[in-house]
Amino acid sequence: MVLFLAFTVIPVGYTLGSSFFAMRLTGEGVLGGIRTSVFVGLENYIAVFQNSEMLAGLGRLAIYGIIAVPLTIGLALLFALLLDSPGVRLKRFGRTAIFVPYAVPGVVAALLWGFMYLPETSPFSYITRAIGLGSIPFLEPEGLYGALANISIWAGVGFNMLVIYTSLRSIPGELLEAARLDGASEVQIALRVKVPLVLPALILTGIFGLIGALQLYGEPLTLKPMTNSISETWAPLMSIYRDAFVLDNLPEAAAASNVLAIGTVLLSLTVLFVVRRINARAAR
Amino acid sequence: MSATTRELADRRTRYLPTIILILGAIYCLIPVAWVFIASTKAPNELFNSFTLQPGTGLLENLSELFSYRGGAYGLWALNSLLYAGVGALLSTVVSAAAGYALARYTFLGGRIFLIALLAGLLIPGITLAVPQYLLLSDLGLAGTQLSVLLPSILNPFGIYLCYIYARGAIPEELLESARIDGAGEWRIFSRIALPLMLPAMATVFLLQFVGIWNNFLLPYIMLSDTNTFPLTVGLYSLLSRGSGSPALYSLAIIGAAVAIIPLILLVLTLQRFWRLDLITGGVKG
Repeated sequence: MVLFLAFTVIPVGYTLGSSFFAMRLTGEGVLGGIRTSVFVGLENYIAVFQNSEMLAGLGRLAIYGIIAVPLTIGLALLFALLLDSPGVRLKRFGRTAIFVPYAVPGVVAALLWGFMYLPETSPFSYITRAIGLGSIPFLEPEGLYGALANISIWAGVGFNMLVIYTSLRSIPGELLEAARLDGASEVQIALRVKVPLVLPALILTGIFGLIGALQLYGEPLTLKPMTNSISETWAPLMSIYRDAFVLDNLPEAAAASNVLAIGTVLLSLTVLFVVRRINARAAR
Repeated sequence: MSATTRELADRRTRYLPTIILILGAIYCLIPVAWVFIASTKAPNELFNSFTLQPGTGLLENLSELFSYRGGAYGLWALNSLLYAGVGALLSTVVSAAAGYALARYTFLGGRIFLIALLAGLLIPGITLAVPQYLLLSDLGLAGTQLSVLLPSILNPFGIYLCYIYARGAIPEELLESARIDGAGEWRIFSRIALPLMLPAMATVFLLQFVGIWNNFLLPYIMLSDTNTFPLTVGLYSLLSRGSGSPALYSLAIIGAAVAIIPLILLVLTLQRFWRLDLITGGVKG
């Protein structure tokens, strides 16, 4: 057993531990090591918060997240409830079709939607042009948030739908039967019985959605060649990448990485905390 | 009177859910359908014919694609398969072993490890990419295929799933009786625990396979040699070079179409082996 532990858990623990450690080292230590050999403490972190491009990027990210995450989870819940309610046809087809985007890599999804957005190839703009409305400005500044959020909604709905659906299926049938006997309509059952019972799944998918949203990177990068509205530093991760590998400012990039990571954790914990408070109040 | 209005309302709403579901399905399928249609168009047809009308250039596009830069596309596909296949396999084994050990042995630091694991779940993997790059370049591994494989192996979420599953699926008494029968710990793990954990392992493998296959940032940061690119980075490099040039657009489109076929097939056929209840089951406990 000792051997087993030595060969499996310790390396895993070590790797995990060192991955945290490396983060801290690169944030504070390496900048001492490589560059100037001087320990500068929090200077890089201060620089991150004084970097207007980075702050603007965080702002854009927030708008994007506020659009994308609730819509993804909301639609996923809607479709999961539809799959779970009696009397809906074509369930297998619907389930499979909505799940298909999960198999499409984010970059490819962005590429596909990029062509859906590009006025020359977009079927939507083709229709609006045909009825005299002109092209839809997907890739102009005014449509960009929606366009980007749409890509991640498209990619995320299916997986989240399945997670929520699986947890809907674990609701005991007698419970639903009892509600039906009491004369509750399917809509009422869905909203009053099912949704509260799958709340843990909703919280979980919400938090993973949040984490995913903060990692926005590949999608704007892929759309960038198609439009002038996306700058080199549109999303924070794009700035981080530029700092690290184009401007060769690794310490600040590492510090910014840490800020983003810590921000994500704090945000996730806040969501958990708020939900728990609401739950506790509801239980009383 | 009220009965008939209710009936009318019923009839009107009966099909509404189905219609919404179908709309959702269409929304999800349109871009995929579009890319398959567009992949049949010759470069000059791409911008000049109705966007949903099939073209005549499918075979040409395919041969263009596979001869692009001396078969780079095939190489990217193989790389993707290597990273996703080997990475997911190793990660599954590590997850299973670690999850099992956490669930069934008490040892020093076990709890701390578990807490670190949960914290690791919340940290976006991608923000680790820059530190990981620094670490691996210190080791002289940045730019090699190992630099993409190694970070993929450790998957906190996989360990967590295996831990949850092992706690529920492997009864302590079974291990005790095996110990009394004189089985060694390794034997117990490989002969008793592993088979019991197969459903969880299949889920972890699939999640990780799709995750690695679809990952962009990590290989994008780590790799600079086009010969080591996976499909995602390769396609991106194609597109970013092709801005403004229709020929490369066509190439990117056919490349995207070919790239998603195997994964769609894989996900659809293996869907039923998924134990997604594991994911939510964990939160309640």
